Amino acid sequence: MDYATLLQLLDTTIRLATPLLFACLAGLYSERAGIFDIGLEGKMLMAAMASASVAYLTGSVWMGVLAGIGASLILAGIHGIASITFRGNQLISGVALNFVASGITVLVAQRLFGQGGRTPPLEGDARFAPITLPFAEALRDVPILGPLYYEVISGHPFLVYLGFATVPLTWWVLYRTRFGLRLRAVGENPAAVDTAGISVVGLRFAAVAITGVLCGLAGAYMATALQAGFGREMTAGRGYIALAALIFAKWRPVAALWACLLFGFFQALALRPDVVEGVLQFKVPVTFLDALPYVLTVLVLAGFVGKAIPPRAGGEPYVKER
Amino acid sequence: MAQGGYAIELRGISKAFGPVQANRDISVAVPKGTIHGIIGENGAGKSTLMSILYGFYRADSGEILINGTPTTIPDSQSAIRAGIGMVFQHFKLVQNFTVLENVILGAEEGAMLARSLSKARKVLGDLSREYELDVDPDAVIEDLSVGHQQRVEILKALYRQADILILDEPTGVLTPAEADHLFRILRGLRDQGKTVILITHKLREIMETTDNVSVMRRGTMVGTVKTAQTSPEELAELMVGRKVLLEVEKAPPTVGRTVLSVENLSVTDEHGVIRLKGVSFDIKAGEILGIAGVAGNGQSELLEALGGIARATGRVTLNGAELPLSGAGADGRSRRAAGIAHVPEDRQHLGLIMDFTAWENVAFGYHDAPEYQKNALFMDNDALRADTARKMERFDVRPPIPSLPAKSFSGGNQQKIVVAREIERHPDLLLIGQPTRGVDIGAIEFIHKQIVALRDAGKAILLVSVELDEIRSLSDRIAVMFDGRIMGFRDPETTDERE
Repeated sequence: MDYATLLQLLDTTIRLATPLLFACLAGLYSERAGIFDIGLEGKMLMAAMASASVAYLTGSVWMGVLAGIGASLILAGIHGIASITFRGNQLISGVALNFVASGITVLVAQRLFGQGGRTPPLEGDARFAPITLPFAEALRDVPILGPLYYEVISGHPFLVYLGFATVPLTWWVLYRTRFGLRLRAVGENPAAVDTAGISVVGLRFAAVAITGVLCGLAGAYMATALQAGFGREMTAGRGYIALAALIFAKWRPVAALWACLLFGFFQALALRPDVVEGVLQFKVPVTFLDALPYVLTVLVLAGFVGKAIPPRAGGEPYVKER
Repeated sequence: MAQGGYAIELRGISKAFGPVQANRDISVAVPKGTIHGIIGENGAGKSTLMSILYGFYRADSGEILINGTPTTIPDSQSAIRAGIGMVFQHFKLVQNFTVLENVILGAEEGAMLARSLSKARKVLGDLSREYELDVDPDAVIEDLSVGHQQRVEILKALYRQADILILDEPTGVLTPAEADHLFRILRGLRDQGKTVILITHKLREIMETTDNVSVMRRGTMVGTVKTAQTSPEELAELMVGRKVLLEVEKAPPTVGRTVLSVENLSVTDEHGVIRLKGVSFDIKAGEILGIAGVAGNGQSELLEALGGIARATGRVTLNGAELPLSGAGADGRSRRAAGIAHVPEDRQHLGLIMDFTAWENVAFGYHDAPEYQKNALFMDNDALRADTARKMERFDVRPPIPSLPAKSFSGGNQQKIVVAREIERHPDLLLIGQPTRGVDIGAIEFIHKQIVALRDAGKAILLVSVELDEIRSLSDRIAVMFDGRIMGFRDPETTDERE
């Protein structure tokens, strides 16, 4: 495998890791606050449909992104009401919302556009264009680093950079702000937060709302940047992969970045069977490569990555005790 | 002492939960700068009263005066603002946070943490010098001992500038040395003008520490007395409403043959840590051997190994027959068949299934007893219910309703159900851990009598308890455990607390 091929592979890794990263950080906020969210997938799907539809109808990708965030927030709000206000089972609420999203996205897209549940292809301002970073052209001929900068780091749509910037931002919020301290506390011991005179319900809703916004960005990226439009089930289990990455990262933001890059790399490999064959010197069935990220997901979820201790109050509704 | 007036005055507080009247017309006044004890059995309404004071519940009627001013306390934030700090029985600490993070949680200075942390570090330094409250501010809570965790709770309250500190059953989890340290801290706080309310069911703590004591019984305030002018006997009578024997009455033991013989018993836990390091002892028929020592020094493992729950090595014989310590036959069922009954230390996890009814719980471990079978296929639930009703009557379980789930009974009555289940089988050997943890005085007296009666019937009893008074008054011999070993045997008459 030559250097150029490696760079292509890494470039694809970054593009494919971005939606995972948004979804993974989305899950991180919610789960750190003690609300398990298996419905990342559904929120992404809903956001993808909403953003592609609105972007097509208005011709503005930014309106599309806003619509995606809004759609995702609605699902997040329902999850919040079910699991925080009514203290329902968080897993069941999440699974139910995934089913709703799976059906309603196709239904709405079909009703709006009549194209078999997809949106028409997005063009021009209805889609995110790649951004060329400063000096990318000028530095292109610098050996090794020049092409790395030009091919891998530069030339992505805005949301990719936003996604990567969200990692240090999340770290800072979590470990350096009052909100982060309270968020981490409410996922570990809500009784401590309650007796300190802080609203457990308010904190958890705030966390779930952030999850909604980030899932909205993940879905909008899928439909308006990674691809040009919405298609049935286009998230293809990325919400679950993001959950696996979150566990792999043990609910820490910087580790989440590396986990998402790893999963993104496997997805990128699946797109380049020729490269895999060249390196391994034998032919690997494409279906096997396609399955790799999911196999890795199962392995992670089955606990092959060592002990991952989730936030202690995760999944349990808070009931005030005496 | 009371020249500063009252820190807290409650007037006619009532609170009902549905049909249950938890507090009925309670009035009490706590003078500033004193340690005020509130004593009463479980369910007497102490915790409800304190929850009202801390804003968890609102009273149905009545008035709260803080420092002479009528105050409403709709939530915890208001209680904190009114200068009330609460140290709960179960600490409200975030286990993987540092001491500093726990202290500032909810009392941060601004949206960024850096300033709060440095301020808290300074304040904590001052407080720990002033009150013997030394804790490493950067230690993570889960690495701290229970006593230190409790100090963090006190620091949390003081950091919020509490003038009135309420402690709910603070010594239940402490060693005697830790408890002494706590009381020194509390006296220091009082001497600085703080008011301390101590909720407990332990008479000795009340007598040693408080200036005044209020007694509650069944939701009412029975009376408030100066501690110096009362006695444990009088307080116990006020609490229970009848005369209570605080000392166990028992005749000298009539010792028979050796029932249990333990040689070189060792237990290694799942992390590879050796918890029990080759202990050896015998127990004879008609004898109670008490195991004393601070919790976590191998007592639990000893009970579990003998009860067939934990794997062990060594040699154990019961009535001369060797018991398997691992592999087949090393389980609770085989142990029961061999004549060992086990009242586990943690009754809510090992002794009972809280959601199951009393009669279902009475069947556990003995569900295959012939008298509970209708035929080869079906159990005779009617017989089981009738048997449970009989056991409940004999052990004075209240309410005596076999179909009530275990969680609906008070701690003392739960324990009576477990003890009844195990003792009524007339085992040759009874293993009993923390027999009266969280149990009312009245029930303690009863359970102690049952243990002594079993001894007098010629059975052998291994008693593990963190309550030294209990070990001393019940045991015929005491073994002191430390770090997985038995450090020596003592005569109960001559043992003192420090050992």
